[in-house]
Amino acid sequence: MLKILKYSFYDLIRSRWSYVYFLFYLALGFVLLFLNNDVSKAVITLMNVIIVLIPLIGTIFGVMYYYNSREFTELLLAQPIKRSSIFLGQYFGVAGSLTLSLVLGLGIPFVLYGLLRSNAIFDFSLLLVTGAFLTFIFVGLSFVIAISNENKIKGFGYAVLLWLFLAVVYDGLFLMSLIVFEEYPLDTFSLVATILNPIDLSRILILLKLDISALLGYTGAIFKQFFGTNLGFLISLAILLLWTILPLLGLRYKAGKKDF
Amino acid sequence: MPTSHPHYKFILALPLLLWTSLVWAKTWNVCDDCEHNSIKETISLAQPYDTLLVQKGTYREFEILVDKPLVIRGVGYPIVDGEKKGEIFRVTSDHVTLDGLFIINVGVSYTKDNAAIRVVQSKNFLIQNMVLEQLFFGIYLEKSSHGKVYHNRIIGEAVDEYNSGNGIQLWYSSGIEVLKNHVQGTRDGIYLEFSDEITIAENVSMENLRYGLHFMFSNNDVYTNNTFENNGAGVAVMFSKFITMRNNTFRKNWGTAAYGMLLKEINDAEISGNIFEENTIGINIEGSNRIKYNDNDFIGNGWAIRVIGACYTNIFKGNNFLYNSFDISYNSKLNDNVFEGNFWSSYTGYDLDKDGIGDVPYRPVKLFSYVVNRTPETIVLLRSLFMDIIDFSERVSPVFTPDNLKDAQPLMKVRS
Repeated sequence: MLKILKYSFYDLIRSRWSYVYFLFYLALGFVLLFLNNDVSKAVITLMNVIIVLIPLIGTIFGVMYYYNSREFTELLLAQPIKRSSIFLGQYFGVAGSLTLSLVLGLGIPFVLYGLLRSNAIFDFSLLLVTGAFLTFIFVGLSFVIAISNENKIKGFGYAVLLWLFLAVVYDGLFLMSLIVFEEYPLDTFSLVATILNPIDLSRILILLKLDISALLGYTGAIFKQFFGTNLGFLISLAILLLWTILPLLGLRYKAGKKDF
Repeated sequence: MPTSHPHYKFILALPLLLWTSLVWAKTWNVCDDCEHNSIKETISLAQPYDTLLVQKGTYREFEILVDKPLVIRGVGYPIVDGEKKGEIFRVTSDHVTLDGLFIINVGVSYTKDNAAIRVVQSKNFLIQNMVLEQLFFGIYLEKSSHGKVYHNRIIGEAVDEYNSGNGIQLWYSSGIEVLKNHVQGTRDGIYLEFSDEITIAENVSMENLRYGLHFMFSNNDVYTNNTFENNGAGVAVMFSKFITMRNNTFRKNWGTAAYGMLLKEINDAEISGNIFEENTIGINIEGSNRIKYNDNDFIGNGWAIRVIGACYTNIFKGNNFLYNSFDISYNSKLNDNVFEGNFWSSYTGYDLDKDGIGDVPYRPVKLFSYVVNRTPETIVLLRSLFMDIIDFSERVSPVFTPDNLKDAQPLMKVRS
């Protein structure tokens, strides 16, 4: 599995996509810090970018990579290698290289602008950790979608739909249900609904660490009570981890059953 | 007539004598090894219009009653230590001046409002250059008028609201100037109740537990050039009329229940040239009518202006709204307030005729802020992509927000 991981990783680096992705974040980081020199304010702006873009790029990249390397996968399948290690190797290769681009691309400008001396370092590392989780989650989901659909157009369609659902539609439904049931106590409901969606969960996790959380008012206080404790923080990390593992199990299951 | 001559002379000299006794009023020195080493004792010996010079040292005294017109002046900031036993100075006479004393340890009481300096039913007093620390109430003016509270420094260590007092409190007082004071760490920095025609200028009120400045039932007051920073909840102006608020700075009143300024039942006021920076809510308005908001700067607040209800004929003109999460939050469909010629940093219109005024009206109320007002729980969707999308669509064609709540002449450039 490690060999395949290594191969996928180097393949991506050679194909320059990792560089493009890396340079994109590098430019983003530098431009943000150039426009306002305040590290903690840049973290807020970055959050908006991260919770929308990372899932999108992860999804598209995952699907694209799977379909592109299909021939090579078939070649590998002819070899005496376990199926699960082929697909998991590819998965970790893609997700790993994307995460590396993210961490380095954002890390370098922030470190250069004095992150280590500012007290935003914890917020920033939280941002990177959730970013990494989101990458792993969405690459995993897209692999599952790709492996279940032979038809590339269909696969792409489903993947984009999935992103659209989690990033936009879910919040819409969430909002609708909050308004429809406004007569009822909604705190627990909104807490649960937030935790169930990895994008919302990451957004709230980061928001609560920032000054802006004061805007959340009464509802925010309940969220803070939950996420502010170690238990809440561990639970949310566990949920993110669960979101990462579930697609992997799905991938293994699909890979084991599929007739190539 | 030789016999009557000296008598005549005496009559002539009488006003002269009186006059000299006024000018050459006696000066009493109070110090540890002087003839007089107690402030209280010296006051009882002194004649009206005398001066007490309190020399450097520590005086462990409390309940010092100033019942005649005196000047009590500290030399080199002598310490008056109340040892937490009760009130320290109580002024009951007109024309009293207190100057340059360092007062510490006012007694905390749950039944009496002990103050470092209490002025009761007096006129023409002057309290200046005092330093008050470890206090309960600082300067308490009760039914007094025409005095001046100038350049004092009040530093409290308030932790809980129930056992702390206010920095400067005015109760049924009028015609008083409160200038250049620094109040910090008390319950309310400056508190006015039933006090009219008060001028509050160039004070700094910060890190107070509750409000930096608090008005209750006080009319025709002016406050200008003050700074209110990092207080529990900023400034509260309640149930008052004809208040003028000019060129004040409200900064960093940040927290879930904090705001820069709270207006409740305020009529006919003027709010101009103020700066509201980084407050959770810049101005929270409830039941306030006929107020002019001119030339204020709202910078980086959560909500710049939050209108809760029953606010009519207010005019917002020439304000700068810069980078607030929400510019205006509004909870009804009815709008009777005028927004005109403001600058909005999130305005995206154009100006074809180059007259500096945008050609497309700006709608300051986001759909999200409307939704949040209706169902507060929805705030958890803050900064999600979905909210940005529906905000955009609402801005293009308003359905839920008041149709006429718009700035028809938004400025293209920041008003400087």
